[in-house]
Amino acid sequence: MSFYRNLSIKQKQIVWAWMFLAIPVLFYGVIRFYPTGNAILISFQNWNLLGARTWAGLENYEKLIADPVFWKVFKNTFIYLLLGTPVSLVISFIIAYHLDKLRFMHGFLRMLYFLPFMTSAVAMAWVWRWFYQDVPIGLFNNFLAGFGIPQFEFLNSTTNALPSVLAPAVWAGLGFQIIIFMAGIRAIPTTYYEAARIDGVGWWTILTQITIPLLRPTIVFIVVFSSIGFLRIFDHVFNMTTNNPGGPLNATKPLVLMIYDTAFNSFDMGYASAQTVVLFMILLIVSLIQLRLLRSK
Amino acid sequence: MSSTDTIRASSATLLAAKPSKKPKNMGQIIRWLILFAGGILMIMPIVYMISTSLKWPHEVYNINLIPEEPTLDNYSYVLEDGRFYGWFANSLLIATLTTISNLLFDSLVGYTLCKFKFPGRTLVFIAILSTLMIPTEMLVIPWYLMSQQFGWLDSYWGIIFPGLMTGFGTFLMKQFFESVPDDFIEAARIDGLNELQIWWTVAMPLVKPALAALAIFVFLGNWTAFLWPLIVTNSVEMYTIPVGLSGFGDEVDVAWELIMTGAAISTIPTLIVFLIFQRFIIRGVVMAGLKG
Repeated sequence: MSFYRNLSIKQKQIVWAWMFLAIPVLFYGVIRFYPTGNAILISFQNWNLLGARTWAGLENYEKLIADPVFWKVFKNTFIYLLLGTPVSLVISFIIAYHLDKLRFMHGFLRMLYFLPFMTSAVAMAWVWRWFYQDVPIGLFNNFLAGFGIPQFEFLNSTTNALPSVLAPAVWAGLGFQIIIFMAGIRAIPTTYYEAARIDGVGWWTILTQITIPLLRPTIVFIVVFSSIGFLRIFDHVFNMTTNNPGGPLNATKPLVLMIYDTAFNSFDMGYASAQTVVLFMILLIVSLIQLRLLRSK
Repeated sequence: MSSTDTIRASSATLLAAKPSKKPKNMGQIIRWLILFAGGILMIMPIVYMISTSLKWPHEVYNINLIPEEPTLDNYSYVLEDGRFYGWFANSLLIATLTTISNLLFDSLVGYTLCKFKFPGRTLVFIAILSTLMIPTEMLVIPWYLMSQQFGWLDSYWGIIFPGLMTGFGTFLMKQFFESVPDDFIEAARIDGLNELQIWWTVAMPLVKPALAALAIFVFLGNWTAFLWPLIVTNSVEMYTIPVGLSGFGDEVDVAWELIMTGAAISTIPTLIVFLIFQRFIIRGVVMAGLKG
């Protein structure tokens, strides 16, 4: 204790700071950084959990490049991204833009749109799975039948299954994006709009020349945030296709589901780790490209 | 123009431009009706889930929203064997413990990085920030191996340990501690409080809104978490609600009224909490989203 008393105020601060950080630093080292290194290491090894870990060099990565399933999954993952991100961005902006202009029961309307964000992906995946069933079970097909429209194949069709699985993911994320957009719209100083009004500018010009350019930081945030979400899609796909995960014929399988299958059904840890490294690279590259494209100008 | 003038001018116009409570013209009425219809459409999946959970099996395939003879039969059937109570308790425990841990550690680290000057500060900050770039999916395999080695598989600790602290929470709290004046901390130091007391009794009460926002995010995230609990749990008793529900759906296969009941049981509690604290939660989500 006398040692502590003899320290200067600055030195005491250093002691306190590292006391506060001791457990967290240990945590981040052991639970975040060590596993990251370990995942990269395992990706260069062969290991089925039971046998010995043997050095494999680039074997797992070569296997990945030669694997037609991987390329299918790679394509699916990007379709989730390229469909999901723009669609949810446009819908949420349109809703936020108009909702912002309403005062009558504003809080109630906002609540309706936000509610799906509070649900769990697993529960809602099962609800939507029921919606998608064939006549006479599924809600959507029953509705269509009511209008005399022939049955539509949702989850059983190789072309329709992916958008069908994506829809509840977009739906659940809209509420979050809408309120972020509304906060962004509110933050635009009204002086800009006054100036526009004095100049007698139309709403379209105000929208494209003032609102959207000034919302750039909000748009960057939403695009990056939702892109990461769609690239990591798993819960919805897994639960809507439990009878044939990622099916039909891998038509809905995203990279995370392939990782799960490889690691915890085939126990091919080396191969699965190589896939996780690829996922990491994809997330990194996509985020960097988006930040570069959207931030500049 | 000075900044105060700008504020005064804009607030004046804001007041003047504020639309009255009632929609004034046809355009506003149409806009309201369309948005109202859209909002109703948004909650339809939730409404149908609840409606179907109250229907008898023979009525499930009708698209009517209000059950002809509402019944709680499905609920008593689903809850009968007690598994859902167990999963519910597991999820509640796990989400609560994780939330408490994040509130304590994320704020302590955020506070330290914000208010202390010490060698290694930038390094620690960048290291923690960089963990935001590491996807969970990359870590589940090493975490699984770690859990296997230390006997953490199929235990509460096994489910909880990866989420005890988050870079997101730390970064969020650091941002909010920036707004706590250094003078307050200096004054407390002169009053003879030690650093732990200053953090807990002076700084923490000043960032309560941020703590609440973080709590909402962490709790909801852990309540709905699926991938890691699915991997780390083996026995039915250890399942969380999402993992249990997923297995239950497969088990009852085509009994959609039972699946809807299970889904409703896992969803309704968060919806009730949301409806009670609606304004507060939305403000918290915006705050966390924009600052984090």
